[in-house]
Amino acid sequence: MTAKNAVEVFVRKGIDEKTAQKLVDAGYTFTKVARASDKVKREIEKMLGERRLKHVLEAVKTKDRMPRKKKEKPLKKVHLKKMPVPPKVSEPTPLEQKMFKILEKKGKRLPRAVVQDLASRLEGVEIPDKLIDRMLEMTWERFDTHKVDPNESVGIIAAQSIGEPGTQMTMRTFHYAGVAEMNVTLGLPRLIEIVDARRVPSTPIMEIHLDESVHDDLEKVRLIASNIERTNLIDIADVDTDINLMEVIVKFDRKKMERKSATAEEVLKALNKAKGMKGLAEMREGNIVIRCDEPSYKRLQRISEDTKFCPIKGVEGIQRAVIRRVGGHYVIYTEGSNLEKVLLIDHVDRKRTTTNSILEIYEALGVEAARRAIIIEASRTLEEQGLTVDIRHIMLVADLMTSDGDVKAIGRHGISGRKSSVLARAAFEITSTHLLRAGITGEVDTLEGVVENIIVGQPVTVGTGAVNLVWAPGAKEKGESR
Amino acid sequence: MMITGVTKRISAIKFAHLSPDEIRKMSATKIITADTYDDDGFPIDMGLMDPHLGVIEPGLRCKTCGKKVDECPGHFGHIDLAMPVIHVGYVKEIKKLLQSTCRSCGRLLLTGEQAEEYRKQRDKMEEYGADTLEASSVAKETARDASARTACPHCGTVQLKITLDKPTTFREEGHKLTPKEVRERLERIPDEDLVSLGMDPSVSRPEWMVLTALPVPPVTVRPSITLDSGDRSEDDVTHKLVDVLRINQRLRENRDAGAPQLIVEDLWELLQYHVTTYFDNQTSGIPPARHRSGRPLKTLVQRLKGKEGRFRSNLSGKRVNFSARTVISPDPMLSINEVGVPVEAARELTVPIHVTERNLERAKEMCKRGPTPPGPEYQPGVNYVIRSDGRRIKVTDKNAETVAETIEAGYTVERHLLDGDIVLFNRQPSLHRMSIMAHEVRVMPYKTFRFNLCVCPPYNADFDGDEMNLHVLQSEEARAEAKVLMRVQEHILSPRMGAPVIGSIHDHITGSFLLTYKDSRFTREETLNILEKIGSVKLPKPKVSGGHEYWTGKQLFSLILPPELHMTFKSSICQKCQTCKKEKCENDGFVVIRNGRLIMGTIDEKALGAFKGRIVDKLARDYGPDVARQFIDKATKLAIGAITVRGFTTGIDDEDIPEQAKREIDDAMTQARMKVEEHVQAYRRGELEQMPGRSLEETLEVEIMKVLGKARDTAGQIAGRHLGLENSAVIMARSGARGSMLNLSQMAGAIGQQAVRGERLSRGYWNRTLPHFQKGDLGSEARGFVRNCYKSGLTPTEYFFHSMGGREGLVDTAVRTSRSGYMQRRLINALEDLKVMQDGSVRNTAGTIVQFEYGEDGIDPMKSVGGDAVDVDDVILAVLGDQGELIAKVQEKGALSYGIQDRDLLESSDETETEAEEPEYEGGGGEEM
Repeated sequence: MTAKNAVEVFVRKGIDEKTAQKLVDAGYTFTKVARASDKVKREIEKMLGERRLKHVLEAVKTKDRMPRKKKEKPLKKVHLKKMPVPPKVSEPTPLEQKMFKILEKKGKRLPRAVVQDLASRLEGVEIPDKLIDRMLEMTWERFDTHKVDPNESVGIIAAQSIGEPGTQMTMRTFHYAGVAEMNVTLGLPRLIEIVDARRVPSTPIMEIHLDESVHDDLEKVRLIASNIERTNLIDIADVDTDINLMEVIVKFDRKKMERKSATAEEVLKALNKAKGMKGLAEMREGNIVIRCDEPSYKRLQRISEDTKFCPIKGVEGIQRAVIRRVGGHYVIYTEGSNLEKVLLIDHVDRKRTTTNSILEIYEALGVEAARRAIIIEASRTLEEQGLTVDIRHIMLVADLMTSDGDVKAIGRHGISGRKSSVLARAAFEITSTHLLRAGITGEVDTLEGVVENIIVGQPVTVGTGAVNLVWAPGAKEKGESR
Repeated sequence: MMITGVTKRISAIKFAHLSPDEIRKMSATKIITADTYDDDGFPIDMGLMDPHLGVIEPGLRCKTCGKKVDECPGHFGHIDLAMPVIHVGYVKEIKKLLQSTCRSCGRLLLTGEQAEEYRKQRDKMEEYGADTLEASSVAKETARDASARTACPHCGTVQLKITLDKPTTFREEGHKLTPKEVRERLERIPDEDLVSLGMDPSVSRPEWMVLTALPVPPVTVRPSITLDSGDRSEDDVTHKLVDVLRINQRLRENRDAGAPQLIVEDLWELLQYHVTTYFDNQTSGIPPARHRSGRPLKTLVQRLKGKEGRFRSNLSGKRVNFSARTVISPDPMLSINEVGVPVEAARELTVPIHVTERNLERAKEMCKRGPTPPGPEYQPGVNYVIRSDGRRIKVTDKNAETVAETIEAGYTVERHLLDGDIVLFNRQPSLHRMSIMAHEVRVMPYKTFRFNLCVCPPYNADFDGDEMNLHVLQSEEARAEAKVLMRVQEHILSPRMGAPVIGSIHDHITGSFLLTYKDSRFTREETLNILEKIGSVKLPKPKVSGGHEYWTGKQLFSLILPPELHMTFKSSICQKCQTCKKEKCENDGFVVIRNGRLIMGTIDEKALGAFKGRIVDKLARDYGPDVARQFIDKATKLAIGAITVRGFTTGIDDEDIPEQAKREIDDAMTQARMKVEEHVQAYRRGELEQMPGRSLEETLEVEIMKVLGKARDTAGQIAGRHLGLENSAVIMARSGARGSMLNLSQMAGAIGQQAVRGERLSRGYWNRTLPHFQKGDLGSEARGFVRNCYKSGLTPTEYFFHSMGGREGLVDTAVRTSRSGYMQRRLINALEDLKVMQDGSVRNTAGTIVQFEYGEDGIDPMKSVGGDAVDVDDVILAVLGDQGELIAKVQEKGALSYGIQDRDLLESSDETETEAEEPEYEGGGGEEM
């Protein structure tokens, strides 16, 4: 919400403009006041006086919330058994605790990662407290000087840092590291895919970890893998059509069946459940025979086709599962992805199983997980190409994409199409449409962004353009500057 | 004129529609005739070139405001349309309105409560700051709901189905609605219902979307050009307006004369066509209006749209004065923050100087020299003098003296460039902020821009014909900002990864390698030759051996290091042994610097190079940009000195290997071929074991690729055995100056498998790549294996295969640049208005929070140490500085990693990749910009 809008909102609720302006200037937006705690209320009272405060509070009294916009696709509910939540981070070591205590005494703060870094180097070495103190002091000093400057246009820097190495990336798809059998999109196409927030990646891949009870037992792992891999009837049997008897005959291929660990009973069950031919199949001499229920060749043909592609077992969308030994344990890699279903399978380690489909992660695990996925996938893609890009840049992109609760693409259908400024949208893509629409709705461009200001020819609002230096000549003594 | 004091800002721009009344009110004149000029070449009154609409010819005055060209902004006129016409841009909107309102009473087809509910929802959306897309979705829903109704809840009229016949014809149950009828219906819609439909009645009434009057843009918007022959050539928009006027005229005449309905309707439709194409000449469904030559006209929408449109080409990017462009060339004697500017350019580019009492005399003197001061020495002259009233006086050689006399305080003098002036230097594509940096001017003879080679990496420049741009700053504020934020030394560290992007390249690395590798010795003469360029230094004490004085390269290099520098790291020539021998490294790959003295190790790419240079990194971080700059300058000069003293060349004989080795390679190749043949035979016999999840063919390919990849490596190894560090090409590869051992092994050993799309070559003829092979031949030669090396030369088939591989590389590059360019444009557009606020949070300019703390720790990636917030090792070392044993204890644990552990920043991991190396098809001029 822009500052101007914020005032307007107050005014609409019957608060006079002056008061509203005061509130907004002090950093109170409508929502803030509406949900104000007692402490905040007291602060407002100090600013406005008791009578006005009452008036304001009366005006902002509101029960309703912003209506949630409808999701394109409602979130499917995944029912998972409750699992003990593992501690997110390790407990601080005694040395770390000591360091935190010292820092606290000084009234300074350092992120855990930095302290941990320092502590890990010194662990096990007797170092006098005085020196630790000095180290922390110095670390804090450096940390402070390394902070970003306010008004730094971090967005542009992030975009450049990710975009510039793009020219050095390859366009080809390579074999997946570790699994020679699978191809995976890498390089620039993959990066574009991530940034676009595509629903389905061009090469969906899952990495399924298993829990301790099975991950060393190849047989069990193979069984799980075969239960994950989608198997159609045609993969394990031959299908013949007998036109005389109006029957479809399924002849099993024992070898293939064994490899996929499927049994004839399973197949029969699956066939009888299949759409369009419920209860038509029966066992006969080790083969399955499906009678045609109406005397029409068309129908027979239909049944034959349906039989061939009848799914026997496995998870929808997963074409292939490959077992690999990684770090001493067996891990299943799959071509095709269906995180939601796979997580429900027994013995699957839900903590470590992942997919490269960001939207699937979003649907199964939520936005925060999606954000992580974007960061991990993007930095892995860049790293794999031998390019170093600071994680903070990638984080910023991921945060922007996920900041309002669902995953938005970078581009005209996502972030850029939702900008509040008409001119900014017009300058990006589909110029005329935006301008024409702006006329109908009477849109107001408050020129707060970057392009808008470039278009009208005035300094932009980021970086050095965000501050103004005014010299007041004459006021020699005070030399006031703002 | 320079603006002083507080600058004014435009606070907002509101968009709205023009009503016909407004169009007429703001019109300077009504346009009725389609003719533009009379026989004498004067514009006809009430014609499209009416002098009331503004002036384009110099000397004339505008009839409306009385101003001259460039002063008069132009004035709108208008055309009264004989019959109303639909605006193409709004057909969808009109359709929505017609469908969701009653055909007789014009009310929204919703009951009071329903409408109220939607209105509430809308209000709430606005209140809580929903973006435009979300707000419009409510309106869309309202419309959808309303149009689903079949009868009006207010008057009970049964609604008929309205369809749109693209582009501009509306039909009601097949019956055609004229624009006039449409307009009447739209007129009936009450204001309050419009709000529900997402329109703002205070700025736009729906009936205005059906045009009755057409504004005529000022002539300044559509200037006509006079050709050499004296003929006038009109702008596309004028042409289109002529069409509109003609048909409008005919339609009016026919209608007034009571012509048959059919004719009137035809003309009406024609008018609709012309008005439609006047707005958008790419409307789907109708043929674009064409110029006489057959070129489609560029009408209003085309003017705005796309890369060459007004928005992207003229508003987001602007042309400027005081800029120059020319070819670039290198000059190692310049500092990295300098740029050599040719005299000719320096005389054209000027800096405005405010004349005050204090510099009055100097200004006068400068002005006296005029625009082309004589003399062998370069002295700045003056091109223009601007008087206090803003008048510009051009200084010529003739009037220089007289103009100089008139100069007084308050004047502005535009003087030529001088050494030390700050200018911006840029090379396209400007992919990151290091593509535009501020340099100090050095005016020099000859006609190219020159700069230090260490600045090539950030600009991604080379000298095969590249051109670069230079901009002279015109205001004090701009100069100050450029000096503080944009100078080259401020950009030594890249914000992309917190590592240097400026550093030595190519010969400079070779030079410092030659200078410092092992126990290189230099005589007094050589030493003085090398040191001469770096300014006055105290010559270190010479070493004596066999009665001769000499200096070691390490001694010389130590001269340019800050006295208290401590560093330890591995250099590029490090062999990456299993266990590092550290100080006892026989390759001299372990660099130790203590108290600013290079004790051991070779200075090469890891120490100085762009992207990797450890010393540059450390200096820029701990000693500040100026020290780092001086270091790079001096290192450049030292390296140049060393390489000139030692001499360095590479040629075809660098790839010479003994006959014995050649035979070995030959054997290895033959063996590989046999092995491939074996695999193929096994495959033919069906004995090949299938890999899981792969077809037999694929398995075979994988196996063959493996064998051939190994063969190439073996050849490389055999060749590598005979290529030692006495070989110049090897020195370049190992020190990281240019090329790699892989390149060398391809030159001396074998080139290896050529690939397209990561597979062996297979396309061409039916079942074979070339007619030289049997159909279905799967052997190594038939599928693009090149067993020869570049030096021995390729066989014709190999040559052909090699070009196939090379072509793919070229195509890949071409596709990549465009794809990554678009991705970057989208990224920039999405992220451009994010900034860090005073409280450390990241928000966009509309105030939405994106991150509560930038990057989760608020650290600037540029100042970070390779991504870490603080260089902890350095802190420990600094604090424990005088406590040797403690350091030893900590180090014992192997924990102190900085400087010892490798943190390769741009090292690519795919050196072992088996696929054929892309040959470098570089060079050939800078036209690829």
